[in-house]
Amino acid sequence: MSHPSSGAANAHGSVKSYVTGLVLSLILTIIPFAVVMSGALSVLTTVIVVAVTAVLQILVQLVMFMHMNTKADEGWNLMSFVFTLTILVLVVGGSLWIMQHLHLNMMIG
Amino acid sequence: MFGKLSLEAIPYHEPIIMVVAAFMAIGGIALVGALTYYRKWGWLWNEWFTSVDHKKLGIMYFIVALVMLLRGFADAIMMRTQLAMAAGGAAGYLPPEHYDQIFTAHGVIMIFFVAMPMVIGLMNLVVPLQIGARDVAFPFLNNLSFWLFAAAAILVNISLVVGEFAKTGWLAYAPLSGIEFSPGVGVDYWIWALQISGVGTTLTGINFFVTILKMRTKGMTLFRMPIFTWTSLCANILIIASFPILTATVALLTLDRYLGMHFFTNDFGGNMMMYVNLIWAWGHPEVYILILPAFGVFSEVISTFARKRLFGYMTMVWATIAITLLSFIVWLHHFFTMGAGANVNAFFGIMTMIIAIPTGVKVFNWLFTIYRGSLELTSPVLWTLGFIITFTLGGMTGVMLAVPAANFVLHNSLFVIAHFHNVIIGGVVFGMMAGLTFWFPKAFGFTLSEKWGKRSFWCWFIGFYVAFMPLYVLAFFGAVRRMQSYANPEWQPWMILAWVGAVIIMMGIACTIIQFWVSIRDRQQNADVTGDPWDGRTLEWSTSSPAPFYNFARLPEVGDIDSFWSQKQRSNEQLEDAPYTDIHMPRNTVAGPVISLFALVLGFALVWHIWWLAAVGLIGVMASFIARVFNDDVDYYVPAADVERIERKHQLEREQQLGMEAQA
Amino acid sequence: MATDTLHHGAVAEPHEHHDAAGTKVFGFWVYLMSDLVIFGSLFATYAVLMKGTAGGPTAADIFELPFVLVETFLLLVSSFTFGMGVLAMNANRINQVKAWLAVTFLLGAAFVGMEVYEFQHLIHQGYGPDRSAFLSSFFTLVGTHGLHVTFGLIWILVMLVQLSTKGLNDMTRPRILCLSLFWHFLDIVWICVFSFVYLMGVL
Repeated sequence: MSHPSSGAANAHGSVKSYVTGLVLSLILTIIPFAVVMSGALSVLTTVIVVAVTAVLQILVQLVMFMHMNTKADEGWNLMSFVFTLTILVLVVGGSLWIMQHLHLNMMIG
Repeated sequence: MFGKLSLEAIPYHEPIIMVVAAFMAIGGIALVGALTYYRKWGWLWNEWFTSVDHKKLGIMYFIVALVMLLRGFADAIMMRTQLAMAAGGAAGYLPPEHYDQIFTAHGVIMIFFVAMPMVIGLMNLVVPLQIGARDVAFPFLNNLSFWLFAAAAILVNISLVVGEFAKTGWLAYAPLSGIEFSPGVGVDYWIWALQISGVGTTLTGINFFVTILKMRTKGMTLFRMPIFTWTSLCANILIIASFPILTATVALLTLDRYLGMHFFTNDFGGNMMMYVNLIWAWGHPEVYILILPAFGVFSEVISTFARKRLFGYMTMVWATIAITLLSFIVWLHHFFTMGAGANVNAFFGIMTMIIAIPTGVKVFNWLFTIYRGSLELTSPVLWTLGFIITFTLGGMTGVMLAVPAANFVLHNSLFVIAHFHNVIIGGVVFGMMAGLTFWFPKAFGFTLSEKWGKRSFWCWFIGFYVAFMPLYVLAFFGAVRRMQSYANPEWQPWMILAWVGAVIIMMGIACTIIQFWVSIRDRQQNADVTGDPWDGRTLEWSTSSPAPFYNFARLPEVGDIDSFWSQKQRSNEQLEDAPYTDIHMPRNTVAGPVISLFALVLGFALVWHIWWLAAVGLIGVMASFIARVFNDDVDYYVPAADVERIERKHQLEREQQLGMEAQA
Repeated sequence: MATDTLHHGAVAEPHEHHDAAGTKVFGFWVYLMSDLVIFGSLFATYAVLMKGTAGGPTAADIFELPFVLVETFLLLVSSFTFGMGVLAMNANRINQVKAWLAVTFLLGAAFVGMEVYEFQHLIHQGYGPDRSAFLSSFFTLVGTHGLHVTFGLIWILVMLVQLSTKGLNDMTRPRILCLSLFWHFLDIVWICVFSFVYLMGVL
């Protein structure tokens, strides 16, 4: 089950992959800060930019720094991450949906 | 110096509590005295308390759970007695503030300190054996989990005599549980007991998840795993994903109480309904953490005693997985009446009804396994049949509660109480009793008395119906939960009937205690020399009873579902040729008990606001953990010669016993 | 079998299936998943309560983005330096590992220092966590992250001591891998914090 050839590079990364990760992260940090601090775009567009760059940066960190891939541990770490994400979407999303409807119905806030 | 703690905290004026405390003290002194007299402290410490052996930890979980069951049941019978008396203006014998503590303690104890440790104890005992492993993935953490749970159980019992317990109901809804409306220490005991045991449970979840994924023996693919292992896997996934929500929610309540924050308060923008929302986002998966392993037990029991492969293995597995996912999208059905509106209620109502489908699939699987099998009516089978009937009934009342419109009428009524006892007693308790009887020989090397087991079953079964069917009726008369007395004298006959049911259940518990006594007394006659007393199907029956500490002298290999069964069909001979090899085992640890002791100190100090002692506890936890991290000597090898000696000795005993039986 | 490879397999092939070191790292990953759910609950609570300012300050009143940007850079760069530490470990250069861990520690400590300053500043102004539900949830969410970073710092110190006394072996290697996962994980949580709390808060 081991992947000695590809595994070494995938699992540990290299200076190059870490530098790439750092540069990408810095860019993906500066973009949302710049957009928000300049106030150049509409609120909706700004929110979209912030959300998209956040998701992209999380992916950069997961892949380049944490080396998440489909091979390690028979894909169980990717699978458990996806499962946790699903649960979070259900629970966080569900909670917000519930509480928002509660606010509307109860006319609070 | 001692924060809120003073001698006033001990309730001298409550005769009931003082009598209970006196009994606990006498029992404790007797136990300590006996241990000292027989010089068993060293044995207890070396062989049990510091043990990382999953089988011993499983046994210890069960012992604590059974002790806590007695306490939780004492609460139950006190409540039923109160309600049998307090009709038509009568006050009964329990004042409201005491009654409130009792129903809170009953719920908390039965869920967190009886049902959970039984389920986790059974997983400890069985799962590594079923997957052909020598231990769990993280043996030290397993020991730590147990001791954190035990520390929390001790904290709950301390609350009986020092201070008070929460009067808020088992989930401590805010803002009632906030500092404004519950200024006493009761809720604080609840908080720290749940947090300490919750950390232990989360660690268990991670441990068994990794164990099942990583430690399976050769050839045991996921879809060859026994059903109990499958349901345990799913229960542990639920633990990992849901217990953090409980931890976070209770932590937020703690911040409200200790630091004056405003998460769930009435004022300053707080939102108490967010508490209800979050606690049930944990609470509903918790229900399935308890019931899924019970489903697994019934599957093992029914296929073993029907002498058939389980009907629909794959549908059973997929039904379990479906329930695991669905259990995360039904939580609002616990608070339909909150007022989130028709759309939200409709969604969660429909989801709740959908979850009944995979459960129904399972019921049919069990029935079809029995169909055309040669079912042997042993006591585990009786528990299983009792479960199928009772749980199906409870499931149906659950679907009734899932209809939002009906729920507005039934909410907070005794119907809810009857429903969840219907599924928890009929599901979890029956399941744990079946599992206990079924796997007891694997833990101790002798079977339990069938006669007393069956008596216990009939008492529980009949007692359950007598105790809880009246509650359904009373609900339709308008009786609500958590009431200490009631005005309508027409309810009293039903309340008395429910009390009679509780007494019958008490006889069931007594039968179980007698069962242990009789079985230990007759352990020579009931010895399980083959290691396979039921003609079992899965790997745990392939090793001797009680299983050696290394579980398997040679790791088994698996080629099919129920591989051990098919192997027996082919031949009765074990492979004797392969030489024994050295076995790598973890060493015992003192860190688990020590860390947990400091955690107990920390919890107690925080309850009473004794800040210096809390600092001692916290530093103690961290220091003893770091000390553990610096210990390199955590494992060793059992030499092949020792393994051979143990195996030979066991074989000799087995041959002697079989010879004696042949002569008789 | 898993246990057999503990003493030789882990060093030679850290990613061999069924090895004890791999099991440890995977177990830690699963722990991180459960920790993620804690943060998810705190984010949900923050989202529900963020309008509950009770006449106190709003997010836009108290957040200072340049300050947050510096905090973000500190954590980001520390994530990178930890990665370099792991590379040094794979190359068996123990002194480099220690040096990179020390740099990571300094960056992390600076981050925690800035956060403590921010909190102390807010409390000093009368905007403590007991002022409103919004502030309660803000302090708790960001504070929980800060507490995690603080635990990470303690862990780095313990690791530095262990590297000095035990060197790189099959005990310390998986721990450094776990710690690196922990550190990157906290970076990921921080991405969510600065995006959804700070940046969207001032809009």
